[in-house]
Amino acid sequence: MNKILVKKCLNPTVTLMVVDAPLVARKAEPGQFIILRVDENGERIPLTVADYDREKGSVTIIFQVVGATTEKLNHLNEGDFIHDFVGPLGRATHTEGLKKVAVVGGGVGCAIAYPVTKKLFEQGAQVHAIAGFRNKDLVILEDEFASHSTKFIRMSDDGSWGEKGLVTDALKKLIESGEQYDEVITIGPLIMMKFVCRLTKEYGVKTIASMNPIMIDGTGMCGGCRLTVGGKTKFACVDGPEFDGHEIDFDEAMARGRTYQDFERHAFEEACNLFKEAK
Amino acid sequence: MPNMAPKKNPMPSQAADVRNHNFQEVALGYTAEMAIDEAKRCLNCKNHPCVSGCPVRVAIPAFIREMAEGNFETAYQVIARSSSLPAVCGRVCPQETQCESKCVRGIKGEPVGIGRLERFAADWHNANSTQKPQKPASNGHRVAVIGSGPSGLTCAGDLAKMGYQVTVFEALHLAGGVLVYGIPEFRLPKSIVQKEINTLRDLGVQIETNVVIGKTITIDELQQEYGFEAVFIGSGAGLPKFMSIPGENLKGVYSANEFLTRINLMKAYQPGSDTPIQHGKRVAVVGGGNVAMDAARCAKRLGADVTIVYRRTEAELPARREEVEHAMEEGIVFKFLTNPLEILGNEQGWVSAVRCQEMELGEPDASGRRRPVPKEGSEFTLDLDCVIMALGTSPNPLIKSTTEGLETQKWGGIIADENTGLTSRPGVYAGGDAVTGAATVILAMGAGKNAAAAIDEYLKSK
Repeated sequence: MNKILVKKCLNPTVTLMVVDAPLVARKAEPGQFIILRVDENGERIPLTVADYDREKGSVTIIFQVVGATTEKLNHLNEGDFIHDFVGPLGRATHTEGLKKVAVVGGGVGCAIAYPVTKKLFEQGAQVHAIAGFRNKDLVILEDEFASHSTKFIRMSDDGSWGEKGLVTDALKKLIESGEQYDEVITIGPLIMMKFVCRLTKEYGVKTIASMNPIMIDGTGMCGGCRLTVGGKTKFACVDGPEFDGHEIDFDEAMARGRTYQDFERHAFEEACNLFKEAK
Repeated sequence: MPNMAPKKNPMPSQAADVRNHNFQEVALGYTAEMAIDEAKRCLNCKNHPCVSGCPVRVAIPAFIREMAEGNFETAYQVIARSSSLPAVCGRVCPQETQCESKCVRGIKGEPVGIGRLERFAADWHNANSTQKPQKPASNGHRVAVIGSGPSGLTCAGDLAKMGYQVTVFEALHLAGGVLVYGIPEFRLPKSIVQKEINTLRDLGVQIETNVVIGKTITIDELQQEYGFEAVFIGSGAGLPKFMSIPGENLKGVYSANEFLTRINLMKAYQPGSDTPIQHGKRVAVVGGGNVAMDAARCAKRLGADVTIVYRRTEAELPARREEVEHAMEEGIVFKFLTNPLEILGNEQGWVSAVRCQEMELGEPDASGRRRPVPKEGSEFTLDLDCVIMALGTSPNPLIKSTTEGLETQKWGGIIADENTGLTSRPGVYAGGDAVTGAATVILAMGAGKNAAAAIDEYLKSK
């Protein structure tokens, strides 16, 4: 059981929680994830570590309410307990030796893009952060990105925040203007990462994408999180969650991600009704 | 006078066409009368060869003698001296290749039903005994056990009985390892596993769930910072193997580990569980081991027509005979000498069929079994909506990759002394599937038991 120390709504569907988890906080690194269960009959879901405080022994998670489990999680408040919270899992982002990096985040993926942006910036790298949201109401972590990057480019689908356009437009512009990156790191919706990787492949810029497939145990046992990378089956929980973006079969990952879509929609509606009745 | 009936008392069971619709236990257990009658079949022979067939060396004739007298609690206590998990072993041990294979009654007729008697004694104890085990006086030494499956629980139980302070670290949210995530409810009810684990808790064993050794805490930290004087690694089997054929990542293709974990650990078959599972209509399970049988029988209970696809013949099936028979009775179809070549999908990316090839047996391979070779022009297609791959596992990389100086085999298994479980790291022992690759519950228990004895010797001489 892990206590929720802080709960903050970042936008209408995205919530930040700081969770008391000293053992996880001691080891967590950007790029890694935790697995949680909200209650006794809950499913296990992976969430990427958004921040950690080794001294206070806390780990920050940021999640979007997309299904029954995140809806239930969002109903917990400061002082409540999360039933199970285990980690840190997966491999940390490789940041060593990187001098100049573009970090491309989309939507709630920016929550995961932030810790690596911060780490790179703090180790003295030039960091160009590109964040994309559908509109200004959905923006999260703006100040954090602004203060931990050498250049921060804001993009929105409707132009209500920063420039109108896609993150790939911004990245393309930077590359074409002569910016040379050791690496591009991209975290966000699969379709966005697919197009970021397609773009950088054209320009021959190494790109790392952070994958978030369906998982159960998260420790290398069930094989549910498998992906095809470079024609080989890889397991996101122990081989990843980050992979060479030019080698990932994104179309397959997108299809696999939709395995339980119907079930999820139904469960989500049930969970919502449950909370409505409770009120 | 011993009971000279040539056959075992049959095990009362749920009827096949009833049980294949529910997850309740298949075997119902002996009555007291049946148990006493069966116990009397034991000749109490001088050499008690049965004991040599038991990896944890239960004093089999001694407990059976008590059973014959109706002293069920005493019988249980005799078993419990050697086994930390009697109710589990009575259910899932392959007695036919172990204790019962050595029974002299088996020469002319069927051996004594040792497993069935063990099960009865354990169930009788669980139902009737209010006596909690005595917590032994602590000897002040601390031992860490990684993994709460059969090897870890056995090692922890034996050490606790000797007075060691034992902490078991479990990566999942529930203790039991393969006993809770792998073996289905209808073969091993989870309430029984919980009772066995509670017994260990009463002995003073601490169980820490949600801790992944190799990630949350390393083995070095356990030894240096947490003050554990010895460590036992019983982290179990690892990542599921696939065939590397096209279509294996289509929706509706599961590893047996994933399929069984969703059902057993996450209770996806029960209303009220948040974990989803696909209820396939036509399911193929690829493989012929116990895990394949478990997956097939679970899929059947979820309402599917199930086919087991195996590339050799019935004679080579690695699963226990009893499990194969149960599966056949329950209406599972076996397609022998059949090998999948490709999994086909529909437009939405779901499995729609498997293209297979017929095989025939050729020359024996390295394992001594005749190698299946493809028959030319024998390809055919099975229409399906779900495929479960039950092809075994390869070891989990987490501990190996974070423990310097821990030597492993080329295929990834931890190298450990056969008799003691000692690894290449002083004070670090290992056993079970993490060392041998996928094997049985009782072999893992045997390894846990041997390691407990070796750890005791090591710490005493330190």
